[in-house]
Amino acid sequence: MTTPTSVIVVDGVSKRFIIRRDKSLKERAIHAVRRGRTSEEFWALRDIDLEVAAGSTVGLVGHNGSGKSTLLKLVGGILRPTTGTVAHRGRVAALLELGAGFHPDLSGRENVYLNASLLGLSKKQTDGYFDEIVDFSGIEPFIDSQVKFYSSGMYVRLAFAVAVHVDPEVLLIDEVLAVGDEPFQRKCMDRIRQFQSEGRTIVLVSHSASQVHDLCDRVVVLDGGHMLFNGATDAGLHVLHRGYEEAMRLEEEAADTPRPMATVGPVRLLDARGLSRSSLTAGDEVTIEVTFVARETLRGWRGAVTIENGQGQVVYGANTHRSGLAMPDLDRDAKVTFHIPRLDLVKGTYSISAILESFEGIPVDVRAHAVTFDVESDGAATGIVDLRAAVQVERAESRA
Amino acid sequence: MTVSTAQQRLAAVAALPLVPAGRPIGMPGVLRSLQDLWAYRELLGLLVRRELRARYKDSALGFLWSLARPLTMLLVYYIAIGKFLGAEQVPGRPGGIPGFAVFVFTGLTLWTLFSDIVAGGTGSIVGNAGLVKKIYVPREVFPLAVTGSALFNFAIQLAILVAATVLTGQAPALATLGYAPLALAVALVFAVALAFFLAAVNVTLRDVQYLVEVALMVMMWASPIIYSWSLVADKLPAPWMAEAYLANPVTLAVLGFQRAFWMQGADHVYPDHLALRLAIALGVGLVLLVGAHRVFARREGDFAQEL
Repeated sequence: MTTPTSVIVVDGVSKRFIIRRDKSLKERAIHAVRRGRTSEEFWALRDIDLEVAAGSTVGLVGHNGSGKSTLLKLVGGILRPTTGTVAHRGRVAALLELGAGFHPDLSGRENVYLNASLLGLSKKQTDGYFDEIVDFSGIEPFIDSQVKFYSSGMYVRLAFAVAVHVDPEVLLIDEVLAVGDEPFQRKCMDRIRQFQSEGRTIVLVSHSASQVHDLCDRVVVLDGGHMLFNGATDAGLHVLHRGYEEAMRLEEEAADTPRPMATVGPVRLLDARGLSRSSLTAGDEVTIEVTFVARETLRGWRGAVTIENGQGQVVYGANTHRSGLAMPDLDRDAKVTFHIPRLDLVKGTYSISAILESFEGIPVDVRAHAVTFDVESDGAATGIVDLRAAVQVERAESRA
Repeated sequence: MTVSTAQQRLAAVAALPLVPAGRPIGMPGVLRSLQDLWAYRELLGLLVRRELRARYKDSALGFLWSLARPLTMLLVYYIAIGKFLGAEQVPGRPGGIPGFAVFVFTGLTLWTLFSDIVAGGTGSIVGNAGLVKKIYVPREVFPLAVTGSALFNFAIQLAILVAATVLTGQAPALATLGYAPLALAVALVFAVALAFFLAAVNVTLRDVQYLVEVALMVMMWASPIIYSWSLVADKLPAPWMAEAYLANPVTLAVLGFQRAFWMQGADHVYPDHLALRLAIALGVGLVLLVGAHRVFARREGDFAQEL
């Protein structure tokens, strides 16, 4: 393969929003007299340089308000950058909101044509795709009734059907994939995968780490309008995760909650030699060590840990109650260790949370994502557990 | 097989030129805008149809309702002003306007076109906020879609007007019919220019749409639609006042339209050099249209964030 061409080139782009507080003539007149400041500046994006290679799928991730959607709108030409340039090759279709062009009083059929036209399809092209669109949406019996009588599911299905049949080189998607019922969602995902296999470029904004993990080859992490990271998906999600942790820690510090009777103290991840580690190899022997700090005496308590992967899925959980341990009263600090002989997890980023529960199983104190660690492996496996399958292929002796 | 299509696609993409997203920051030429609009002409057609079809979708009489307003206005003005206030010419009484019904309807037809475009165009960007914020299309299509649907209504009213003149035995004469397209062009150019300008301003200053409603009411009475030009000419003492009155392009357009379709008033007093005045107004209007479009284009990139 030759070196991939860039389909989107974002060069030194910044975007400033001016928040005006005077939308009416009266307010303007008053401000003119008082000479007060009538607007505030806000930089949604700062000095973004980004190239997206043809045929790749890029995930834009970040906190709320980090500038993801703004960047997507700049690429789609909906907003104009304050400085810098955005350029692209081929047709760009933006799925920023499904059914944005739908008019409630028009029939489904009329709306299909209108929406397709808004997305840049000619009438002739729409004629060609029409049956396919209706078929994909699965609402054929209602295609000639007004869309205001549609259920929200039907509405969104028709809109998505139109959007995926537009024949773009670059598809911009802003959190619109979580629509419809489960079979329809699967259909949408299949369609996205088909888009990928056809060599189209996709730029995706999503808050779902697992979706980004599934679909994207690259991740761009934005934070407060700056580009924090641009690279491989796993590493990007890791960066994002670290960012969330930091935010959560600060939030916890700020919150002034009443002190619990006892708290979860330091959590450590130790290797076979008893050394603290943050990166491991699949199959390593590890020990999770949690210290519980006593304030007042707590009887019949339970200590628990969970391990989550980068997509927020719990891959393992254990507690002292299930292990049938007789717990001493927590009148002084206690250390609980969870010894794991083989950490057979697939490559990825994981975090450990520790929980202190009362004897009824009610949480007394939680330390979420206390430790984050990476697991390295040969990368042959996907999923959760590294089962270390030996893979072989064999040819049949003769044709059946 | 998918691999080969993917490779073909990648090769095809590599051959495509790198174009800036949306409109460039520098001023797009009028030419570029026209090219864009041409590419989106089908969308424009669909939007016009949407405006027309959606408006009276669930009513039994459908788009006939769009005729109800001008016809009611005609009836009201004819009875209240023509008969009660005695504006209509009746045998045995000097003064008054001959063929008052046709006279009023002629003026109203052109005025309705103008006011529909200006009022509708002003709200068109704000009204289509959902689209403006989510999809890139040349934003000119929204005021232009309003213009298209207003023109459609105008065409129907014009057909009724012509039918009425024929029925009253006063069909338009070929000699003066030339005023009609000229007058229509003047009204259209000024209306679209105002629609572009006001639509752009209305995005940041929402008061504009209410101001426009009031201004349009005043403008209607500032043109000889219900009363005739000769009544005004008599009342204005100084010649410069008459000139000021005639500087209003809508007034000129209405007069031109009356000249073409109101045959009972063929010997009525018209301002001198009406055709020349219309031609000058058209020239000025075209310059304003380009200017208004430039204002529109400069502000266009900020519409999505202001809405």
